[in-house]
Amino acid sequence: MSELDSWLQVLDSRGVDRRILADGAIAHLMANGNRLLSQRQLPGLELDTKEAEDGIVALIRLRRSVRLEHPLHLCFGVLPASGRQRIEMRLILEDESAAEVVAHCFFPNAERVEHRMDAVVELGAGARLTYNEAHFHGPHGGVTVIPKAKVRLGRGALYRSDFSLTSGRVGRLDIDYEVEAGEDAVAELTARVFGHGDDDIRIRERLVLAGRAARGLIKTRVAIEDDARADIIGITEGHAAHARGHVDCMEIVKDRAVASAQPLVKVTHPQAKVTHEAAIGSVDHQQLETLMAHGLSPSEAVDLIVGGLLGKPGTAPAGVVTFRRPPHSTPTKEQPA
Amino acid sequence: MALLEVEHLSFRVPARTLLEDIDLTVEAGEIHALVGTNGTGKSTLAYLIMGCAGYRPEHGEIRFAGQAIDSLAIHQRARLGITLAWQEPARFEGLTVGDYLRLGTDPATAEDCLQRVGLVPADYLRRMLDKTLSGGERKRIELASVLALQPRLVILDEPTAGIDLLSMHEVMALIRTFKERGAGVLLITHREEITRMADRASQLCGGRIFASGDPETVAAIYQGRACRCCNGEECRNVRTR
Repeated sequence: MSELDSWLQVLDSRGVDRRILADGAIAHLMANGNRLLSQRQLPGLELDTKEAEDGIVALIRLRRSVRLEHPLHLCFGVLPASGRQRIEMRLILEDESAAEVVAHCFFPNAERVEHRMDAVVELGAGARLTYNEAHFHGPHGGVTVIPKAKVRLGRGALYRSDFSLTSGRVGRLDIDYEVEAGEDAVAELTARVFGHGDDDIRIRERLVLAGRAARGLIKTRVAIEDDARADIIGITEGHAAHARGHVDCMEIVKDRAVASAQPLVKVTHPQAKVTHEAAIGSVDHQQLETLMAHGLSPSEAVDLIVGGLLGKPGTAPAGVVTFRRPPHSTPTKEQPA
Repeated sequence: MALLEVEHLSFRVPARTLLEDIDLTVEAGEIHALVGTNGTGKSTLAYLIMGCAGYRPEHGEIRFAGQAIDSLAIHQRARLGITLAWQEPARFEGLTVGDYLRLGTDPATAEDCLQRVGLVPADYLRRMLDKTLSGGERKRIELASVLALQPRLVILDEPTAGIDLLSMHEVMALIRTFKERGAGVLLITHREEITRMADRASQLCGGRIFASGDPETVAAIYQGRACRCCNGEECRNVRTR
């Protein structure tokens, strides 16, 4: 079976419609490890990619005023138990263009896998980008994920990112995002992670509201159990008049897991305003008892609360995750065909 | 045998007695109003009946349909048919109103229940049950959700708090719906006019049942109470039960 066929099977297993790769109206880029498998560009959307010595280099450019009708799908990952993937990506949306990017990242069998993403994202004036990145990991925890991104937003640009890693073991995750928002630009950064075992989660997001009336939100939702660890740093800086920012971090902790949250706010202009909130603890008592008064067992209630916290509002059903994972001793390893 | 029987119930926290020798019953198909000012122990009694964490009687017994329930957890009591609508309902991130209303019931019931509290299902079923809802909206949704559960006994803790006056009749109609369906209702309130809609009423004062019986009589006694913050001291020697 070819690498591509293996990937199609993985897509199927995770409910991703494989027709996104065959549809001539949908752009995509697919890479297994440091090998490019498939890509499609569209009028106004250029994908300039190459396999370099130490990974994949991709330049993605959406031309001025082009608005993608369908999302651009990025399928990345490493299917074998060991391997490495490094992607250097430059994503440019020219003025008044608009796109949604859906990144599917698969590491179903990872025992010794490393995935690095170094991204530079540039949005021109009035451009709009939604970047949804969903990770699907296996049960072994043998994966290191290091996504780094530097994002610059032009005047009136809109950038929304949503990173989710709620399926399988996290392994080691080290997110480092920096976003600089120009005049009237809006940035919303959301991260949702569910850690088990000895997973090690570090998320650092820095939002710089540099332009007048720039607005931004950093929202982090983390649940951890067993001996997992999570350190969350959310930095928001307001440097211009009428800039408005907010940092919102919530972490649910169970068993021996340890969580920390450091919301850091900095304002250098008297007319800027930045606020923050952080909550770490066990599941909210009243939420738990309310659901139990509806007949749910304590474990069902916890699953529903955590599922809601980590789920994607409006699309994913509540209760999609289970706080108790299968025993480590009996992993169900997915095999690439 | 009453649906709910509370006998000689006392509850203490380290510093003081919150409830003392409470006797109270609720029949199936009956609305029993529990009236009292702030801090008299009304919500504490509700949490004891529901079995909330940290609320276990020091003395006395709570029976539901003849079965002692003191040792049961909340969800076990709920599965017997008891539920509680909190005075300030919890909010949930990532949970829609529809999801919440469908816990343990079918979708059609959920929609009907929303309509009964004056909310248009199409406008609310996909909304998040979070802080984007106003206090009044959240309160109505809580009432709809307990109606959807079709409980045998429902404890309503200040169901009209946060509801605008024009909508009060909808909430009162909803309370009567429980009764019409054969459920017992323990209606906790601090308002005389809500007390009067009950079949029976009891006034709680300083952690004790001070008066019990006909709602008009109890409401009148409550209206003419001597104590403003109901500490039980002024009433202690004029107990009428």
